Amino acid sequence: MRTFGTNEFLFIVYALQWTITLTAIAFVGGGVVGICLALLRISSRRLLRVITSGYMQFVQGLPLLILMFVCYYAPSLFGLEVSAIAAAAIALTINSSAFLGAIWESALRAIPKAQWESADALAMTPYKTLRFVIAPQAIRLALPSTVGFLVQVIKQTSIASIIGFVEITRAGQLVSNATFEPLKTFLAVAALYFALCFPLTQISLWLERRAARRGSRA
Amino acid sequence: MSVVVANNIRKSFGPLEVLKGVSLDVRGGEVVALIGRSGSGKSTFLRCLNGLETVDGGDISVAGHAMSRNPAALRKLRRDVGIVFQSYNLFPHLTAGENIMLAPVQVKGESKAAAREEALRCLTMVGLGDRFDTYPDMLSGGQQQRIAIARSLAMQPKVLLFDEVTSALDPELTGEVLAVIENLARQGMTMLLVTHEMGFARRVANRTIFMKDGIIHEEGPSAEFFANPKTPELAAFLRSEIG
Amino acid sequence: MNYTFQFGPLVAYLPQLLNGLWLTLVLSFLGIFGGFMIGVACAVASTLPSRLPRFLVRCYVEVMRNTPLLVQIFVIFFGLPNIGIRMSPMNSVLIALMLNNGGYIAEIVRGGIQSTHRSQFEAAESLGLSYFQTLRFVILPPALEKVFSPVVSQCVLLMLSTSLVSAIGVEDLTGAAMIASSETFRTMEVYLVIAAIYVSLNFVFRALLNAAGLIIFTRSRRTLLRRT
Repeated sequence: MRTFGTNEFLFIVYALQWTITLTAIAFVGGGVVGICLALLRISSRRLLRVITSGYMQFVQGLPLLILMFVCYYAPSLFGLEVSAIAAAAIALTINSSAFLGAIWESALRAIPKAQWESADALAMTPYKTLRFVIAPQAIRLALPSTVGFLVQVIKQTSIASIIGFVEITRAGQLVSNATFEPLKTFLAVAALYFALCFPLTQISLWLERRAARRGSRA
Repeated sequence: MSVVVANNIRKSFGPLEVLKGVSLDVRGGEVVALIGRSGSGKSTFLRCLNGLETVDGGDISVAGHAMSRNPAALRKLRRDVGIVFQSYNLFPHLTAGENIMLAPVQVKGESKAAAREEALRCLTMVGLGDRFDTYPDMLSGGQQQRIAIARSLAMQPKVLLFDEVTSALDPELTGEVLAVIENLARQGMTMLLVTHEMGFARRVANRTIFMKDGIIHEEGPSAEFFANPKTPELAAFLRSEIG
Repeated sequence: MNYTFQFGPLVAYLPQLLNGLWLTLVLSFLGIFGGFMIGVACAVASTLPSRLPRFLVRCYVEVMRNTPLLVQIFVIFFGLPNIGIRMSPMNSVLIALMLNNGGYIAEIVRGGIQSTHRSQFEAAESLGLSYFQTLRFVILPPALEKVFSPVVSQCVLLMLSTSLVSAIGVEDLTGAAMIASSETFRTMEVYLVIAAIYVSLNFVFRALLNAAGLIIFTRSRRTLLRRT
């Protein structure tokens, strides 16, 4: 029987690349869709706002695991096979888009109306107003929560292990089954997540404090 | 009989020594005003008297309790010492009546009915008998401060401390608060007031104390104190305050 | 698409699905309630003047927030038997859910307590209230009211994450769905139904928790009444 040694630990560390890849896809994909959702939410067309809100509420009310099952099994109805990583990436992207969209929407809404009006008064187009006046302020507001949500995404990639994708949690299960040392194995897995997430949590906190200081000075 | 005895009190915040040996003796029924520029140590001294600040040297005894760092002993002392703050510090989630009833019920173990009756009596005393069920944020600053006074009164303290209680109020609201304090003075309440209201101190306090650089610079019976300041520093201070 | 939806075969699984739903509700309720208790206790402990409890709470909170719930469940269920602590899947996930939720709520409530001004402590102490009386009657009620909305969001997220307990074979709503789907092969139908149930639960939980808040906190009730 194998024991939990350096090789086993390295096997898990090696799977870290897949945790990070999945996180990157979900965060970037979710970010792109999330920006669109946030913009749709502040659109002047009521119907667009309502539909977007419906989508966001629905996704936010859905356990990620269920979403992953759906993404994994639904394509087979069309006779398509999707890999576990594709299903996980799509599900995580959808999930992240709704949460990031909500974070950015509230940041956009937090910019005082007077900012839009004064840009209008300068005869700027809506696009330019957004690009040069609103977005820079909104990004600063949303940054702490966005980094905080990145931590959320990293942790959520662990759910991909349930549909069999080998990231670090699944790698941990494999090692645990081979060594019968689940405690050491899963503590090692937890430590790797902690090593990834803790610095980001601290950065998010630091950004939040900095924003609070700036806010109180203004 | 002395209600407040402070002996050679010293207190530093870091390298800054704010109290450099302050002694004071307040008899029962006496009203003492503490005046001085900000930073002179008068508020710190007042806060030492109920243990909100710990002293670095000297002894304090209030209403027969020796000052102690022991939490239980300190609570005993505080039952007999009321304090009213500049910023009222009412509890925002409780009505005026509940603010007043909290300590009598929780600290003295009074029944709710008795505490309610007492709270109503105290509210009436400060002229707000009809505001029992009102929340603090619905009241003016002057009304909130009067409720804070009623809250202290409900504990039936042997001495009341006032820490610049009108400084946060608009001028037109200070009168109603001062009237309440003056009324308490007439009823024989022992009081120590840190104040910027020179006219009020002169009229209501039996004795006034001028603090400067962490010591008592000059003190005397109010009438004499304000009419004939003995030190040039007090004279200058009074000129700048009364203008 | 040649696929025709058939919800018929699911009817036979209704009792299991209802059982699963019940278990999801129980796990959510206990996770929320237990987590709230742990969270408030930890938040209070971290305001104590001595450093040790503050440090311990900090460690607990950071571990909970920076590792996935799924891995926490695995450590408790698969890992602890290595040191002789053996628990049923149900007890394991309950402990994991409570500890996880407790960590998040501790952090939220601590923020609420810290945003309460020092002068409130001073006023209460000056009236002779003890430290715990001050917390109980003066500091916690407005602090909890202030952080109520993030606490509700956290509790709703917890309800959704109870679905992860199916990973170690607990037959909650998701677990029951996994069984129904593998036995009927009507995968899409099963997950569509389950998705609809979770989304409704999300709204119901939010509404119920907010209603509880209105009943508990006099001030939010007042603001609401004043507005209408």
